[in-house]
Amino acid sequence: MNAAYTVPAIVLVILATVLIGALGLRISRTTSDFYVASRSVNPGLNAAAISGEYLSAASFLGIAGLILVYGPNMLWYPFGFTAGYLVLLLLVAAPLRRSGAYTLPDFAEARLESRYVHRVASVFVVGVGWLYLVPQLQGAGLTMTVITGAPRWAGGLLVAAVVTVVVAAGGMRSITFVQAFQYWLKLTALLVPAAFLLVAWQTHDGHRLAYGKQLTFRERTHVTLSSPLDLSVTRPVRVTVTGDVDGRGYAGTTLDLGPGRHHVEQGARLDFAAGTPVPDTVVMSGGRADQSVDSGPQPHSLYTTYSLIIATLLGTMGLPHVVVRYYTSPTGAAARRTTVVVLVLLGAFYLLSPVYGMLARLHAPDLILTGDSDAAVLVLPARLIRGVTGELLGSLLSAGAFAAFLATTSGLTIAVTGVLTKHVLPSRGRTSWGVRRFRWVTLLATGVPAVAQVLLGDLPVADSVGMAFALSAAAFCPLLTLGIWWRRLTPQGAAAGLVVGGGSALAAVVATIVGGMDGGWWASLLGSPALWSVPLSFLVTVIVSLATQGGVPGGTEAMMRRLHTPEDPGGRPDPAAVRGAGG
Amino acid sequence: MNGALLGVCGVLLLAVGVLVGRWSARPRRTAGAGAGALTEASTLAALHAASLAAPPLRAGLNESTAGKSARRIRDLLGTRAVCLTDRASVLTWDGIGGDHHRAEALAQAASMLQERRAAAVPTGCHKPGCPLGWAFVAPLTVEDEVLGTLIAYGPAESAGLVRAAEEVARWISVQLELAELDRSRTRLIEAEIRALRAQISPHFIYNSLAAIASFVRTDPDRARELLLEFADFTRYSFRRHGDFTTLAEELHSIEQYLTLAGARFGDRLEVTLQVAPEVLPVTLPFLCLQPLVENAVKHGLEDSAGTSHITITAQDAGVDAIVAIEDDGAGMDPRHLGRILDGEGGPSTGIGLRNVDQRLRQVYGDGYGLVAETGVEAGMKVTVRIPKYHKGVLPSPGPAR
Repeated sequence: MNAAYTVPAIVLVILATVLIGALGLRISRTTSDFYVASRSVNPGLNAAAISGEYLSAASFLGIAGLILVYGPNMLWYPFGFTAGYLVLLLLVAAPLRRSGAYTLPDFAEARLESRYVHRVASVFVVGVGWLYLVPQLQGAGLTMTVITGAPRWAGGLLVAAVVTVVVAAGGMRSITFVQAFQYWLKLTALLVPAAFLLVAWQTHDGHRLAYGKQLTFRERTHVTLSSPLDLSVTRPVRVTVTGDVDGRGYAGTTLDLGPGRHHVEQGARLDFAAGTPVPDTVVMSGGRADQSVDSGPQPHSLYTTYSLIIATLLGTMGLPHVVVRYYTSPTGAAARRTTVVVLVLLGAFYLLSPVYGMLARLHAPDLILTGDSDAAVLVLPARLIRGVTGELLGSLLSAGAFAAFLATTSGLTIAVTGVLTKHVLPSRGRTSWGVRRFRWVTLLATGVPAVAQVLLGDLPVADSVGMAFALSAAAFCPLLTLGIWWRRLTPQGAAAGLVVGGGSALAAVVATIVGGMDGGWWASLLGSPALWSVPLSFLVTVIVSLATQGGVPGGTEAMMRRLHTPEDPGGRPDPAAVRGAGG
Repeated sequence: MNGALLGVCGVLLLAVGVLVGRWSARPRRTAGAGAGALTEASTLAALHAASLAAPPLRAGLNESTAGKSARRIRDLLGTRAVCLTDRASVLTWDGIGGDHHRAEALAQAASMLQERRAAAVPTGCHKPGCPLGWAFVAPLTVEDEVLGTLIAYGPAESAGLVRAAEEVARWISVQLELAELDRSRTRLIEAEIRALRAQISPHFIYNSLAAIASFVRTDPDRARELLLEFADFTRYSFRRHGDFTTLAEELHSIEQYLTLAGARFGDRLEVTLQVAPEVLPVTLPFLCLQPLVENAVKHGLEDSAGTSHITITAQDAGVDAIVAIEDDGAGMDPRHLGRILDGEGGPSTGIGLRNVDQRLRQVYGDGYGLVAETGVEAGMKVTVRIPKYHKGVLPSPGPAR
C-alpha cells in the first residue's frame, strides 16, 4: 500500500476532526438569536452522531475480515450490531432518557436509590469501556502495519496518544457535529470504493461468487508468514517453499503437501500457483482455534452463533458511549425517533461490509494464511484496480478506518473518563473537577487498553468486540430492562445480578484472553459467554429481588411514573400562534 | 455437555461462596472462657444488638421499622417474646406466643399510655406450658408525648425485667427523637430552599411596565408583543411547582428577560450566545441563571451611558455542563465580591449572586458554587458548573397549559 497517498489522507481526517471539534460550536452557535441557540439537537443529527461513534474498527474492518475467513455465517455480526438498536428502541430508549440519567450508574442510582449498586455498575461500565477500547487500538495497529509496515502495537499506541492528548486538552468534548461528520465520512469511505470495486469485479471477469466451495488462488500468490502456522490440507496442494515446513528446511523446492496437518515455521515463504486450492488454516487465537475455512459446520457453531446474537442484541444498550448520547435528546419521544434513524443509518452502512468480505474471498484469500484477514478492506482496491485509482481508493478506506478508530476511541475515552472521575476514583471536595486530575484520569482511561493491546497481540478484532458486547449484555441488560419494566426490582437483586452475571461474564472473558483456551466446549463457553451469563444474570436478579422485597425503594412508584409518562403532552403553545390570533 | 454442567456448577459455587462469605464475615458473639470474658462478651453482645436495632428506628416508628428492629430488641432484653405498639395498634410481635397474646397486647398497653411509667402486668394466660405469664410494659416517649409501648414477656414477675424494659424503652425513645430531629432537619432544608428561590425583582416589574407603556401609543404592536413576553416571563418566574428546570427553559426565560430589558435600553444592550446543543436538556435549579444575567445587565448598563455587551456561553464538559455569563461593565473589587458572597455586603448589594451561590451549594454540594472573575473596570465573568446528573435533581414535568 502506498504511504504517499495514505498518510496525507489520514492526517487530513485527524485535522478535520480536531478542527470541527474546536470550531464547530463557534461557527454554528455564536448568535444573538435565542431561538437558534436554544434549538436542541434534532434526532437526525443525534442519530448520525450515535452511528458515527458506534461504527468502530470491528464494523469497518472486522466484519469483512470475518466473512473472508469464515464465509457468510458471519453475517450474524452486522445483523446483531444493528438489531441491538431495535431492542434499545422497544425497551429502553425513551424511559432511559426520561430517567434523566447521564450514565448507566446514574440510572441505577436514580431508579434504585442505592450508592452501592451505583458503585458496582460504575466498575462494570469501565470494564466494558476498556474491553471495547482494546479492539479499536488493535485495529489502528493493523491499519498502520498495512500502510507503513510499522509493528502491530505502534498504531494502537499512536491513536491512544492522539486521543488522550485531544481529550485531556479539552478538545473534542463528544461534540455532536464531530461524530455526525465521522459517520458520513465512514459511509463515504466505504461506499465510493465499493462502487468502483463492484464495477471492476464485473468488468474484469464477472466471476461467480464461490460461497461454500473450496477457495482457490486465482493467480500466482506469494505468502510470507509473519508467525508460525498450522495448515490443514484436505486435497493435495502443490506449493513452492523457501523456509521450514514440518521441521525440514527447503530453498525454493516444490512440494506436494498431502492430506493432513502441516506445520510451517515463521518467515517461510510459500508460493502457490494459480488455481491451487487455499489450504485451511488453524488460526491460533482465542476461542476459534478449531474453526477453519471450509471444515463444514464449526464445532459448537450453533452455540457461538446464538451467543453472539444474544450478546449483540442485548449488549448495545449497555455500551457507555451510546448511553451517554441519549442524554442529548430533549425528550423520550425524541430519543425514540433518534433510535429509528440510527437503525436506518446503520442498516445502510452494514450493507457494504459483506460486499468487501465476499470480494476478499475471491481476490485476497492469501490474507487468511498470513492472519491479516482484518486488513481485507484496506488491500482490496489495490488488488482489483491497478494504478493511481486503486491507491487513492485504498487511502480513502484507510482514512475511513482512522475515522472509525478516532470516533469510537474518543467517545469511549470520554465516557470512561467521566465515570472514572465522577464515580470510581475517590475525590475530595473541589478536586473532583480539577483540570490536572481530569488529565491524569484520561491517561488512565486510555493507558490501560493501550497496554492491554500491546500485551494481547492479535486477537481478532471482531472477537474482542463480541466479548465487550457479551459483558455489557450480562451486566446491564437485566439492570436496564428490569429497572424500567419491573416494579419489584430491589437494589440487592440488581447488585447480585451485576456481580454474579456480569462478574462471571467478565471472568470468562478474562480467562479466554489470558488463558488462550484451545478447543472444546470450555473454549466456546468462555469465549462467547452471553448465552449462559445473560440468563444467569436475569435469574439471579429476579430471585434475589423476590427474596428481598423489603428492599424495594420507596420512590419506585414515582420513578416508574416518570419513566413511562411522556413529558409535556400538550407541548408549549406556539407564541407566534398566540400573537397571530389576537393581531 | 459435561462442560456445560461444570460451568453451571462453577457459577453456582461462586454464588454460594459469595453468600457464605458475606454471612461468615458478620461479627458474631464469641463465648468467653472466664467470668470477666463472659461479662465483656455479654456487654459486647448487648451493644451489638443495640447498634443493629438502631438504624431502622432512625426512620421513625411504624410497622416496617418496628418489624426490622424487634428481633434485635428481643436479643437485647433476652426474653422469649417482645411486642411493639403505637397508640392504636400492635406494630409487631417477635418471638413465641404471638397467636394468642398478640390480640390482648394493646389492652395491657392501654393503662401504660396514661401512666407513663414501666409496670409489670400479669397476662392471665391459661394455656398450659405458655411461658408468657407476665407482661412488662414500658412507654416510648418523644418530647413528653407517648408514641407507643414496648412490651416484653416473661414467665414470672421480675423487677429486673421491668427495669430492663424501661431502659430499653428509653433507648428506643432516644432513637425516635433522633428520627424526629432528622425529619425536622430535612423540613428545614426544604424550607430554606423554598425561601432561597430567586424572587423576581419589583424594580424589574416596574421598569418593564414603564417601558411597555412608552410604546403603547407609538408602536402598539411592539407593546403587545412585549406584554405577551412579560406575561410569559412572569408565569415562569412565579410558578410554584418543582424546584428544577432545564437549561433550555431557563434560556427561554432569559430571552424574555433580555427582550424586556432591551425595550428599556434599546441598542445599548448587545448579547452574544454560544450554546452547545448537547447541554440544553441539563437539569438545574429553577431561576439560577436569570439573576446572573440580571446582574450583568445592571453592571453593564445602569451605572453608565455607553453600550454593554453580554456573552452567555454553555459548554459540554463530559459529566458536567459549564455555563458562563460575562459582561464588559464596571466590574468590582474582588474583595468586595468575596464579602457579598459571604453575606457581608449589606442588604441591597448582589442578593442575586449570593442567592444563586447558596442554592447551587445546597443542591450539588460545596464543590459547585459560583466562580466569579472580576476587577474594577474589568467587567465580570461568572461561571456555573452543573452536573448533568445529580441524585434527586429531576426536571418537574411541564405545567398543564
